[in-house]
Amino acid sequence: MAKKIPVGRRGFLKGAAGAAAGAAALVGSAPAIKAQSPERVATPLPSAALAAAEKTSPAPRVDVYTTDRPGADFMVDVIKSLNFEYVCANPGSSFRGLHESLVNYGGNKAPELLTCCHEESSVAMAHGYFKIEGKPLMVMAHGTVGLQHASMAIYNAYADRVPIYIVLGNIQDINFRRGDVEWAHSVQDAAAMVRDFTKWDDNPVSLSHFAESSVRAYKIAMTPPYEPVVIVADAVLQEEPMPEADRRNARIPKLALSTPPAGDSGAVAEAAKWLVAAENPVIVAGRSARTPKGIGLLVELAETLQAPVQDRHFRMNFPSMHPLNGGSIANADVVLGLEVQDFWMATHSMTPINRLGMESKPITKPGAKLITIYSGDLYGKSNYQDFGRYAEVDLSIAADAEATLPALIEACKKLITPDRKRAMMERGAKLAEASRAARERDIEQAAYGWDASPISTARVTVELWNQIKNEDWSLVSDVNPFFSGWPLKLWDFKKHYQYLGEHGAYGIGYGAPAAVGAALANRKYGRLTVNIQCDGDLNYAPSVLWTAAHHRIPMLTIMHNNRAYHQEVMYLTDMAARANRGIETFNVGTGINDPNIDYATMAKAYGMYGRGPITDPKDLGPAIKDAIAVVKRGEPALVDVVTQPR
Amino acid sequence: MQRIFLAAIVLASAAYAQDATGNADNGKRIFMKNGCFECHGTVGQGTIAGARIGPPPLNAQGLIRYVRRPPGQMPAFTEKVMSDQELIDVYAYLRTIPPAKPAKDIPLLNDLRAK
Repeated sequence: MAKKIPVGRRGFLKGAAGAAAGAAALVGSAPAIKAQSPERVATPLPSAALAAAEKTSPAPRVDVYTTDRPGADFMVDVIKSLNFEYVCANPGSSFRGLHESLVNYGGNKAPELLTCCHEESSVAMAHGYFKIEGKPLMVMAHGTVGLQHASMAIYNAYADRVPIYIVLGNIQDINFRRGDVEWAHSVQDAAAMVRDFTKWDDNPVSLSHFAESSVRAYKIAMTPPYEPVVIVADAVLQEEPMPEADRRNARIPKLALSTPPAGDSGAVAEAAKWLVAAENPVIVAGRSARTPKGIGLLVELAETLQAPVQDRHFRMNFPSMHPLNGGSIANADVVLGLEVQDFWMATHSMTPINRLGMESKPITKPGAKLITIYSGDLYGKSNYQDFGRYAEVDLSIAADAEATLPALIEACKKLITPDRKRAMMERGAKLAEASRAARERDIEQAAYGWDASPISTARVTVELWNQIKNEDWSLVSDVNPFFSGWPLKLWDFKKHYQYLGEHGAYGIGYGAPAAVGAALANRKYGRLTVNIQCDGDLNYAPSVLWTAAHHRIPMLTIMHNNRAYHQEVMYLTDMAARANRGIETFNVGTGINDPNIDYATMAKAYGMYGRGPITDPKDLGPAIKDAIAVVKRGEPALVDVVTQPR
Repeated sequence: MQRIFLAAIVLASAAYAQDATGNADNGKRIFMKNGCFECHGTVGQGTIAGARIGPPPLNAQGLIRYVRRPPGQMPAFTEKVMSDQELIDVYAYLRTIPPAKPAKDIPLLNDLRAK
């Protein structure tokens, strides 16, 4: 048995000084820390009473400071039952017990803890991961300062119908708050701050309560429309021993996910009747493909009707090269909206920003029938206005579109007569020709500015495509409108993981961490993850590059380094032109130049491969090729490309 | 028919006269200083936010008319912020931009047609 050596505070400090010296030796070349001047030495010595107490024998009654079963271990059992692959977190004291249990009791596997340097990154990583993998990641954060950091990313996920499973640390009982930090990091109602843009939350007061609410939260998050949820993990429940009664009785409820709601059969039959009879039906897809299966279902519906699909690119809904990709709402006599959050905007024109006043007009023909299948009709909140304008439609089916499509396809097939079939095939042939002509125009347009410097976004798109077209690639960034939508025009998108859509609420700072989260999900499938990264977005929380490097998450990042917040540049120019003055001041408050940011060096600083800045288009292909070789070794790589504004 | 042809010659000559007075170097400076490139690209190649204008599809007077009263998303720029002469200079710059090579002569673009 090892001999016990009492260690008093002075002895501990002496040991710590020795350890520090050892650590300094390890880093060798680290600059020496300058000794403070005598008058700056303010650390008090232990009081005489404390020094005396540390040198005397302990009292006969000794409190037990250890436990074989902290409550957090049971929380980990609950969390493991929900099959999370990863937990994203920036460490925080209010969930230190759960942190320790995940690592030591849970073995840091399923879920594995990922070190994030900002809670906004944690949530956005979970956002991007879900859109590839189709299941949520868990995020841990302080119930106060951590959640405040995370809140914008949660709002993005909420507006984008993405479930994020958020566990917040908090110290509810005032008797357990040890100092001013713990008081400042405690809150009466932790989830209140994000309740307007989360679907459900709870603040469990016992471990069995935690188990039941955790399972319930998962089920609610994963019932369409998907949304973020919050569970508070009270610090006392985490850190104190699991009560004896709970050790015997606590159980984890069985999880049974709800089937998504399908449309009413009568309404589906009516929609089929209108669609089959229509001369020019148009399908508008928002988040129609909720799962990979959704793409095939939409293709089947479009081909059954020979109807064009306008993909609004909130998800990968429809193959980009499909001959029915396109169409015009202006000529439609029936418009079918599938999970289109902004259906009113899809069917109306609005006064441009350069005009005074505000008026809108329908872009549909008078008498055109409008149908929506939208799970958002089943759920909503009032404060944040992401729901958009009220859509006046002729048939509103409150249901999940993907779950409704099989019945709608069957109903349409039953109604198609040989005459209708012939008319539909003629329509389809015309649409295919229009689609081919549009692609030809896009290819010709891409030639303009081909040799320009800064490099045109079309050139970057084509150079990238040339390097990835034979790979199993996944584009994980939003390119519409930030990259003039070029990849969506020129690349061959077919699979659900090849495009993820947009931010949700246009909260900038989503792009880089969402890309890392998506790359994390792609890693186990060996896909080549491609991220076209806006410079303004990366600068919100660039430390996510370190997370990618640290956790060996392979991803090719191509910087869209246009050195400004260009949407706002355009707004500023609009306002100046409207006011008849100072149109040359567009760069004030919007430029990200002087000095220019060196993103290759930034990447290297975070421990990953960096190349650039590339300003000559001829250098771009070789740079991308080299970076892909790095990514194929399992590492992230970044190529800084100085680009045209759009 | 002949009168229409003559009118076209006169208009073209007028446009040429306007173009001849434009200073392409100054036009490029104005194009960049006033932020025209933000939507149209530095060589007028066009983006999702602004039409392709390099080389210009309109004559100088057409360009001025468009800039003063644009029908679409573009802000209207009055004479207070951009004079006619400045726009003529911009037009002269846009005319220096050569047409794009046909996509068939750019191998990476031509490859896209294989689909």
